[in-house]
Amino acid sequence: MSSPLASSSNLDGSDDTSPQQKQSKKPKYSRFTQQELPACKPLLTPGIVIGIFALVAVLFIPIGLVSLSASESVVEVIDRYDADCVPNNMHGKELDFIQNSSTNKTCTRRIIIPKTMKSPVHIYYELDNFYQNHRRYVKSRSDKQLLQPSKEAETKICAPEGNTPDGKPIVPCGLIAWSLFNDTYQFSINSGSIQVNKKNIAWASDRSHKFSKDVYPKNFQKGALIGGGKLNESIPLSEQEDLIVWMRTAALPTFRKLYGRIEKDLNANEEITVVIENNYNTYSFGGKKKLVLSTATWIGGKNNFLGVAYLTVGGLCLSLVLAFIVLYLFKPRTLGDPSYLSWNRNPSASTN
Amino acid sequence: MASERPLLNPPPLSDLPSPLPEPPIRPDPTAPAHRPTPSFSLDPPDPFRRQTNGASDRLVASNRERELAEIDARVIYLNDPRRTNERAGFAGNSIRTSKYSILTFLPRNLFEQFHRLAYVYFLAIAVLNQLPQLAVFGRGASLLPLAFVLFVTALKDAYEDFRRHRSDRLENNRTVHTLNGSGQFVPKRWKDLKVGEVFRVSSSETLPADMVLLATSDPTGVAYVQTINLDGETNLKTRYARQETLSKMPQNGTINGVIRCERPNRNIYGFHANLEVDGKRVSLGPANIVLRGCEFKNTAWAVGVVVYAGKETKVMLNSSGAPSKRSRLETHMNRETLILSVMLIVLCSVVAILNGIWLVVHKSKLTDTQYFRLKDYSTGVTKNYNYYGVAMTVFIIFLMAVIVFQIMIPISLYISMELVRLGQAYFMARDSNLYDESSKSKFHCRALNINEDLGQIKYVFSDKTGTLTENKMEFQCATICGVDYSAGTGSLYGEDTGYSVVVGDQLWRPKMPVNTDSDLVRLLRDGGATEERKWTYEFFLALATCNTIVPLVLDTLDPKQKLIDYQGESPDEQALVYAAAAYGFVLVERTSGHIVIDVLGERQRFDLLGLHEFDSDRKRMSVIVGCPDKTVKLFVKGADSSMFSIINRALDPEVIRLTESHLHSYSSLGLRTLVIGMRNLSQEDFDEWQSAYEHASTAVFGRGNLLRAMASQIESNVSILGASGIEDKLQKGVPEAIESLRQAGIRVWVLTGDKQETAISIGYSCKLLTNDMTQIVINHNTIDACKKSLEDAVAMASKLKAISPAVENAVSAVGSPRRISLALVIDGNSLVYILDTQLEEQLFKVAIACDVVLCCRVAPLQKAGIVALIKNRTDDMTLAIGDGANDVSMIQMADVGIGISGQEGRQAVMASDFSMGQFRFLVPLLLVHGHWNYQRMGYMILYNFYKNAAFVFVLFWYVLYTAYTLTTAVTEWSSMLYSVLYTALPTIVVAIFDKDLSRRTLLKYPKLYGSGQREERYNTKLFVFCMMESVWQSLVVFYIPYFVYKHSTIDMSSLGDIWTVAAVIVVNCHLALDVVRWNWVIHAFIWGTILATAICVVVLDSIWFLPGYWAIYHVMGSGLFWALLLITTVAALVPHFVTKVFGEYFMPDDIQIGREHEKFWGGSIQTPRSEIQMRTLSRHQH
Repeated sequence: MSSPLASSSNLDGSDDTSPQQKQSKKPKYSRFTQQELPACKPLLTPGIVIGIFALVAVLFIPIGLVSLSASESVVEVIDRYDADCVPNNMHGKELDFIQNSSTNKTCTRRIIIPKTMKSPVHIYYELDNFYQNHRRYVKSRSDKQLLQPSKEAETKICAPEGNTPDGKPIVPCGLIAWSLFNDTYQFSINSGSIQVNKKNIAWASDRSHKFSKDVYPKNFQKGALIGGGKLNESIPLSEQEDLIVWMRTAALPTFRKLYGRIEKDLNANEEITVVIENNYNTYSFGGKKKLVLSTATWIGGKNNFLGVAYLTVGGLCLSLVLAFIVLYLFKPRTLGDPSYLSWNRNPSASTN
Repeated sequence: MASERPLLNPPPLSDLPSPLPEPPIRPDPTAPAHRPTPSFSLDPPDPFRRQTNGASDRLVASNRERELAEIDARVIYLNDPRRTNERAGFAGNSIRTSKYSILTFLPRNLFEQFHRLAYVYFLAIAVLNQLPQLAVFGRGASLLPLAFVLFVTALKDAYEDFRRHRSDRLENNRTVHTLNGSGQFVPKRWKDLKVGEVFRVSSSETLPADMVLLATSDPTGVAYVQTINLDGETNLKTRYARQETLSKMPQNGTINGVIRCERPNRNIYGFHANLEVDGKRVSLGPANIVLRGCEFKNTAWAVGVVVYAGKETKVMLNSSGAPSKRSRLETHMNRETLILSVMLIVLCSVVAILNGIWLVVHKSKLTDTQYFRLKDYSTGVTKNYNYYGVAMTVFIIFLMAVIVFQIMIPISLYISMELVRLGQAYFMARDSNLYDESSKSKFHCRALNINEDLGQIKYVFSDKTGTLTENKMEFQCATICGVDYSAGTGSLYGEDTGYSVVVGDQLWRPKMPVNTDSDLVRLLRDGGATEERKWTYEFFLALATCNTIVPLVLDTLDPKQKLIDYQGESPDEQALVYAAAAYGFVLVERTSGHIVIDVLGERQRFDLLGLHEFDSDRKRMSVIVGCPDKTVKLFVKGADSSMFSIINRALDPEVIRLTESHLHSYSSLGLRTLVIGMRNLSQEDFDEWQSAYEHASTAVFGRGNLLRAMASQIESNVSILGASGIEDKLQKGVPEAIESLRQAGIRVWVLTGDKQETAISIGYSCKLLTNDMTQIVINHNTIDACKKSLEDAVAMASKLKAISPAVENAVSAVGSPRRISLALVIDGNSLVYILDTQLEEQLFKVAIACDVVLCCRVAPLQKAGIVALIKNRTDDMTLAIGDGANDVSMIQMADVGIGISGQEGRQAVMASDFSMGQFRFLVPLLLVHGHWNYQRMGYMILYNFYKNAAFVFVLFWYVLYTAYTLTTAVTEWSSMLYSVLYTALPTIVVAIFDKDLSRRTLLKYPKLYGSGQREERYNTKLFVFCMMESVWQSLVVFYIPYFVYKHSTIDMSSLGDIWTVAAVIVVNCHLALDVVRWNWVIHAFIWGTILATAICVVVLDSIWFLPGYWAIYHVMGSGLFWALLLITTVAALVPHFVTKVFGEYFMPDDIQIGREHEKFWGGSIQTPRSEIQMRTLSRHQH
């Protein structure tokens, strides 16, 4: 590769043909041009090294502990229901069950709350093995259409869910919207039903800037293959929060999405009854469906990994402190002693 | 002296052999020697023949003369441009150095830019991405980096071209006075000048085109020309108008005639033409032509005819860039780039194959799975949507993977390297330690792609004259008639006003004072009429006459005092004329017909009857002068070898013997010697010569050969007058510099055209040779003798090797007292039999066993041959340094060529990669800048490989969780900006500003240079190591967020942002860990870049139509994000930090020790002066 930036001219950029000759002047002295800018030269002396490792250890172990305790304080109840919510007689024929619109898909689950859950209790559904990040899937949406009523025909990238067979644009178009998750949960406690708040489950930024309040669902879920939930055509997209949540595609094939919140404390050992409409087809690809009730802290949901990671690194640094202390004690070296220079170390034999 | 602009390219080497090495006299071949009546001259030797050599003398005669074939000639009718240009399409005088016009800019510039392989790769990827099936990135994002780079380069080219346009316009619109039909000179613009037109130029005006002189203000037709714009030489050269045209101009108004000359060519020292005027045909040579860009000095006006105009002028034909070499590091880098390409292909194949397997496994489920949705029902006919079977999908995925992982091959690295070299070149050029006060020459980087090679040099091949020595000749001593006058007990000339010349009421003094020998002065003044005085008289007369020096009288502040400045091309001649002047033989005036010499106060006029210029065949010059006493004498001076062959040994054997012994002792003092001889010509001799001359000079073909033969004929039977010894002073700091270079493990070889004795003595005086060295001398004239002595030398070397095991590693063991070091002295004659034969291998064996190699009497091509000997047989880097035209071949052959912008013109500089003013600058250049450049560039390349690979691996790990479909969580813009904006600037800045060791330490311990020679900063081991680091860091960067967010509501954009930010912070902190010297620039760029990345991510997430809208704000709002960044950065860098600490403390390399030494042992003085440094060097070492 020849030089792209200096191909044709010399450094001074002087005109190639000018006959005038410049007498070169002595370069002006400045610390900059002589490369002698004041500089700090940190050197990894034993003291600094041990100090750094000790600092990391001292910092990380408490952070790890705090994270762990935060994670521990989270109460999380997970209930996998995809297998159990298929009637016994339909085992082995899950696809027939789920694709048949006439079967009764209602399923009742009981959940024991292990510890008191402070309000708000987040309700998630968790899908497994569902590649919301699949290339075919991720691209299949039209952001313009979602935002502007006039652009509702911009469905080209939504294929094969862009238009109905008779050519009308589908709003919202694309595979993502088409595959909208449509299981529903109704919670009740022995005393009565529990209110689930489904407001504000989507990002405010999405509601205000990505989904218009003037765009209404049209021709949605009318095709030959039903992918998931249907939408109420009288509610604008900006208020279809389940859709908005669903359309913020998950990063990983195992993901949770917010279903709603229970805005009351759930006491320990309470038994909660959940009536599930098991509509969503995960049987075709063998995905699991789970219902998750969880409180939240700064660390999010229950996750020990961060705390463990901090403790591991902190612990490692602590052991490195010890290791280096031992090494420095047993193999000390005077820093900067010229006698360690390769040509001084073994004057008789050569070094290269 | 220092021309900043490369007007000339090194001339093409002729393949003609010429048998002689660099002559001890250095005449400039352009030296003129024409005079009107009787007009005779030898064609000055072609400089390109002068620098070539070969084994055989036999070829010489036949090829000597480039004949002017009639068919090839260009015919010019004087003052008749219409007729001249009628048939032949000669170029007009308008020049165009600009490359583009407004219309052609875009296509031509793009075409040129895409000559670079890197850009083609870029383009291919971008084109792939435009195919709808493969569209991984949006159109904008995929084209952004390429467009950015193309745009920046185009902008730079456009600016440069604009400047060229401007200067072209300026140049083309200057005015010149041309002759019109009515005999008047009228102003005309340069660009309208045509071949064949006659024009007038006044003193100090620049010539608009190459012209043949027709007349000058001087009645004899002499003009003095300054060629500084052409070759950088400041001394005046003389040019002549032919007598035949002199009388016709300009009073008569018109002139008719026809010039037949060569086609335009690049040879600025050659011109071959003849002029037909008044039915007479006269020949024209280089002395009759003045080239575009020159200026007349000391000449009121000159009139000439345009022979070459515009782009056909010699200066334009010679203007092209510096030679292009590729650095060692870049060559190695290409090897690693290949490995990376293989890695890229492996990664892509893995993804493609996994995708295929996934498709096969999930085949039955594809139709119903929501996220795949195989079938398209929307058109009524059910068909597959965007799916062409497993094989095709695998193929498409493979190509898409290439697009996604494209930055595995760090394209931006090539641009970064250019910028870094530009920055390094800036600092090298601005280094005040590389500025030569005496010649006012700055350091220049002419080649911008081999900066880092300066840090890996193992062999330095140095010219002697002008490189190790100053090429400022000083007359030291003489032997006259067998008496040695070398006591040097005289007084400085300047104190003794007795030798100034009285002209009217003015006092003229030679400019340069010379030491005189008092005995000799006394002898000349009061010697009476002894034989001895007579010979001495003739000796100095020979010195004063036998030359081509032009005396110029300069004004001084005192109107009564004038200075005589002797202008000439050969410094030896200048020294001799000054010496003659000091002894009372003051050359006062020289015209083409006579010489006026003030001989011991008495003004005498000598007729210059004939002059045979110096040429490298004869290695001597001679003049025929008619003395005031009506005798005709031939004075000859030349190299001893050539002179002794024409001296009549029968005349004075004792004097010859004594002179030879004196010559020997002069040589061993390191003096350059010239032998002077004379011959009294009888009338018959002279007549015979004159008729031979007339015959020769009118010959159309083979004129040069005839003249040369004729000169040789009269230069015979010469009696010896004596010999002179001229000191060629060592440059400042040379011994110390050589010592430093040797300490640094660099072997210095000296290649000189001088005699063996001179070479050896210079070797001693510059500490190259020492008394404890064993010298192997090879100087033989037969192949068998060479073979034998080589065999002996090999045996000796291996014997010594057996005694001292360190011989092999002489580089590092120079200082060790146990070693017996060897020095090889070999001469050009032997090299004729050795180079390019089977003996070469043996020479190589001997040479590498020796610490010092001195080659004397070598010709330019042999110099290149010796460089090639090392270059072809080892991997070691070679550097050639020289100042003269004879060094050009060697400079071009070596890996790094350095030109000294000194006394000998600028040909070497033009051919070089770097130019500077003094040999001693080699030490700071190699030891300091070379070391820095190498360390920085080596690190930068590795770092770029590492940082791009790390990012690619992060992308790759994610692909494993997207059903192998190459979705990227990182936004397309971020993945494109990653190598351009997020990570590029800090490495560039660090590679320009970081210094592993201070200048002071590097100069104090030259052996630290070994790090570059041993390739410690860039090798395959380090490459593998940094790839391992990139894998580890990518794992950390990917998997810590992965596990933290595994069962969460995290969306793709948010996680992508986290990975982007984490990766950028990790790689920049990795760089920060390796920075040695933190100055504000580095601080600003490293932290600034992290900040800029964050801003970029935030901005990208504020654009509503991008999928990541507002994601970063959501993520940043949680404490988790910050906790995550901290742990990711630390966990990713712990292994690097631990290995670094461990390595630095327990296995420190020399650089590490040096760094500690600097910090704890008082390396705090920031501004060392290199001169002081160098003087203290030797003391520090022992």
